[in-house]
Amino acid sequence: MTKSELIARIAELNPHLYQRDVERIVSTIFDEIASALARGDRVELRGFGAFSVKHRDARVGRNPRTGETVSVDAKAAPYFKTGKQLRELLNGGESV
Amino acid sequence: MSGQTITRSQLSEAVYQEVGLSRNESADLLESVLTEMSQALARGETVKISSFGSFSVREKGQRIGRNPKTGEEVPIMPRKVLVFRPSQLLKSRINTAAQEDHGGA
Repeated sequence: MTKSELIARIAELNPHLYQRDVERIVSTIFDEIASALARGDRVELRGFGAFSVKHRDARVGRNPRTGETVSVDAKAAPYFKTGKQLRELLNGGESV
Repeated sequence: MSGQTITRSQLSEAVYQEVGLSRNESADLLESVLTEMSQALARGETVKISSFGSFSVREKGQRIGRNPKTGEEVPIMPRKVLVFRPSQLLKSRINTAAQEDHGGA
């Protein structure tokens, strides 16, 4: 499922809405999550999962092809932890 | 870094501000987006959200685990886990912000 398929599906479930508005709604949701993470906030959606930012320390890496050492800067990485209900749904549990 | 936790209510408030729908309907739409994504994943589909990231389901085989408290060996059944791969754009957005906040540290 792609973002446009998701939009099409939500539009199908809500025939009273303009497709254009559904696009804005879906984009707003992901944009808000991204902005929250960029601020260093956590986003917790009970049952679905939680998005957070993990900090990775600087380290000395190696180019696997040449064996050359390279320094890798400290960085922040987005992380998602699956919620309990979704984890159960994936494993044949009852639906959400 | 502010370190707040954003929940459904702030996300549906953002939807409410963006589109001229009621707060109730905004909350319902957010829920329906999460439900549709969950159901696609439960069907084994990958959910790809451009400029955000992709969610996919990975099958894990059975392995022997250990109860860390008792040291007892317990089989861990084969199961499905969800993997989120952030897009390059999301990663760079987070890093740009982090560098501005901490001066690169």
